[in-house]
Amino acid sequence: MKTLVHLLQTLEETSATHQKKEAIVLYLSSVNEIERLHTIALFCQRTPKRPVKIALFKQWIAEYLALPLWLIEECHHTVGDLSETISLLVSSETTEITTSLPDILQHLYELPGKPLEEIKSTIIYYWTHLDSYSCFVFNKLLSGNFRVGVSQNLIAQAIAVYTQQDVGKIHSALMGNWSPITHTWSELFHFTDHKVGSQPYPFYLAYPLEDTTLVTNNTDDWSAEYKWDGIRLQMVHRGQQTYLWSRGEELITDRFPEIVAAFQALPDGIVLDGELVVWDEQRTCSFPYLQKRIQRKNVTEKILTSYPAYVMVYDILEYQTKDCRSLPYVERRAILNTLLSSYPQERILLSKAYSFSNMESLNQLQLDAVQAGAEGLMIKRNQSEYQYGRKRGDWWKWKKEPFTVDAVLIYAMQGSGRRAGWYTDYTFAVWNGDQLVPFAKAYSGLSDSEIKELDAWIKKNTLEKFGPVRSVPAHHVFEIAFEGIALSSRHKSGIAVRFPRILRWRKDKPLNEANTLDDLNAMLSNGLS
Amino acid sequence: MGALLELTSKGIYCPPADLYLDPWRPVERAVITHAHSDHARWGMKQYIATPITVDLMHKRLGKNIQTQRISYKETFFHNGVQFSLHPAGHVPGSAQIRVEYKGEVWVFTGDFKIEPDAVSDPFESVPCHSMITECTFGLPIYRWPKSSTILHSIAQWHEQNKAQNLTTVLVGYSLGKAQRLLAGLSALGIPLRVHSTIADLNESIPTLRPYTSFIREWTKDTPNEVFKNDILIVPPAAADRTTLEKRLGPVKIGYCSGWMQLRGYKNRTTNIDKGFVLSDHADWNGLLQAIKQSGAQNIYTTHGYSSTFAQWLSENGWKAQPLQTEFISAETDVMVDE
Repeated sequence: MKTLVHLLQTLEETSATHQKKEAIVLYLSSVNEIERLHTIALFCQRTPKRPVKIALFKQWIAEYLALPLWLIEECHHTVGDLSETISLLVSSETTEITTSLPDILQHLYELPGKPLEEIKSTIIYYWTHLDSYSCFVFNKLLSGNFRVGVSQNLIAQAIAVYTQQDVGKIHSALMGNWSPITHTWSELFHFTDHKVGSQPYPFYLAYPLEDTTLVTNNTDDWSAEYKWDGIRLQMVHRGQQTYLWSRGEELITDRFPEIVAAFQALPDGIVLDGELVVWDEQRTCSFPYLQKRIQRKNVTEKILTSYPAYVMVYDILEYQTKDCRSLPYVERRAILNTLLSSYPQERILLSKAYSFSNMESLNQLQLDAVQAGAEGLMIKRNQSEYQYGRKRGDWWKWKKEPFTVDAVLIYAMQGSGRRAGWYTDYTFAVWNGDQLVPFAKAYSGLSDSEIKELDAWIKKNTLEKFGPVRSVPAHHVFEIAFEGIALSSRHKSGIAVRFPRILRWRKDKPLNEANTLDDLNAMLSNGLS
Repeated sequence: MGALLELTSKGIYCPPADLYLDPWRPVERAVITHAHSDHARWGMKQYIATPITVDLMHKRLGKNIQTQRISYKETFFHNGVQFSLHPAGHVPGSAQIRVEYKGEVWVFTGDFKIEPDAVSDPFESVPCHSMITECTFGLPIYRWPKSSTILHSIAQWHEQNKAQNLTTVLVGYSLGKAQRLLAGLSALGIPLRVHSTIADLNESIPTLRPYTSFIREWTKDTPNEVFKNDILIVPPAAADRTTLEKRLGPVKIGYCSGWMQLRGYKNRTTNIDKGFVLSDHADWNGLLQAIKQSGAQNIYTTHGYSSTFAQWLSENGWKAQPLQTEFISAETDVMVDE
């Protein structure tokens, strides 16, 4: 455990990426193969299952320290992170445990299913015999939300340096189904030329396009596609089997049987990249419908007909069992075109590529995309290879402007992490007659100094406290941006918005000039969603 | 509050003696616990404090303020009310104020710290019936490591920085934290440089004299070569990385404060490389120890987590309530004058 804790501390204290990489490489070369794989798994968010509910941790701590539960809650609100709160409350001054990381993890993997008393005494033993930082790390392992602030890309680079392998191969190896329990280090990083079974390729991701002249200066080099408002999906079809992978490297095959069925008609040895969408009654792409669909693990007949799923395919990564990612975009599109027109399937659709000749035609495409229910455009270089990770230069996303409304702050809750102890999670409301109805929560968009100023105001002007939430008088108006708007029975306002965030603090705006619920309803009925 | 001390809009007031303790608005007569700016404010006709605090106030508030020096444990009377000052262990010169009238004893702790350091007179428990206590760190998450441990980790970090040809800069408040660092680090044989605001205050602190051979002022003439081995200590206002690096080349900045206990606070303290948990206040156990030792039954809490701390005390056999003082603005946004 000591070596890992040391690595994490080093990573936290260095800001330069190359130094972080060096630290990881050094770590990899200083531990054995078993610990190495366990750590990589942790870095890739493959943590053991949580053995008990988090709420129990607080009870145990309260009992152990003979403090009331409300005081533990108060501590948690102040710190903003339960793992850290526990480490501050009960850790020992120095670590008295020499157990290795794999042994601790093995211990954790075995905990679920054990009698509760045994789980409790084991966990309390660790808590009280580790130093503060080690205890914090242990809790992160325990609660299954281990985050190190190091991108998977950097991990892959470090492994590539350590194993002296190509970083692209490492990326591929890190995807798919593996865990330190089912695989060994050498199994995972021993490469063959052929992909097998369900294994997907790493996704290629785009950056937002800020300067459109990058693509309008030489329009012949570029193609545009609609940026569908769904979830990214990689479809692996090998050995008569189909596997659907989400961007989070989760296998979601079982949730979309109609897509899997459609693949039965397609030839073997192909891997496609696209967007999974759900169409509403008007046959336009609807994100709220998709959300209703994706939450269901149990897919009934009714769900299948009410929320029909489609994939809009825009790339092909493997064809006739061969990796074709290094072919230029236009050639891959040509293969894809031929494939999908030879085997037409209602549920597997080609996302068209469009050429454009100037800014005007690009704007027109953008409008068309929005009308079709897409978020905006993807703009791709015709000669681009299918790369991995988020890269600048060849693939861009270009989204329409967000909707904005002026809304009034009515509730605030304390944040977590570096916002601990500050009121940073806000609830905003719009007018409905002389009432304010909450319609969105947002926590991003203010600068640190604005947060401080608002936090001080909230603390001075609290009307009521409900646990971590405070209500405040209607006073401050903020401009809120969001991506989409839909009807919702779950919200008091009857409306739900997507990705709400604060654009600016409108100190100039009088309270009565904030927007109304009618304004939101008008956006909804104008089909702006 | 009772009749002996009461809370007014100007501060904590003693009606029979007609004087204030650490008032925040101008009054005729004020007894001052220590020289930090939220306790020793402008505009009092007369300031009563320990000799060190008086010297420091002359530096901070001006030569012309009218003062009365009272040594620790010396008694003085106003209208038959007996007053005395007792070491609080917070910063050099800091005191608790004991007030006795008709057999009733109150103590106002001001800010205090239990663990002794080399520059302040160590905290002494004062028996009383009623106690007004600070609780800046009044939550059980605050448990300080020993300061010797922290000083050693600073020394170790300094060695690492030297090896990489980086200059070590430590940030701490100019009164209290800076002198603790100076005494503690020179005892480990580390040569030190201080910012002029700190050097200026050092003159008023006699307990620092044994260490003066290790401490030099950082002036505009100081050549950069000397920094290979020295640690530079600056107040928060002078901790700007760009300005420091313009003169010193690449630096590593460490921040010394009890707030560094929380990762969230540490991470949002911009432009620092490392946080060291070194506080001039009592932690949770320290606060409880002070309350228990005093034997006080009535507890009034100020600073920081006052309502939470008072509630816990009430549930555990004390008569406790929070006081809305103006020593600091609001709960938890306290990173001022430790």
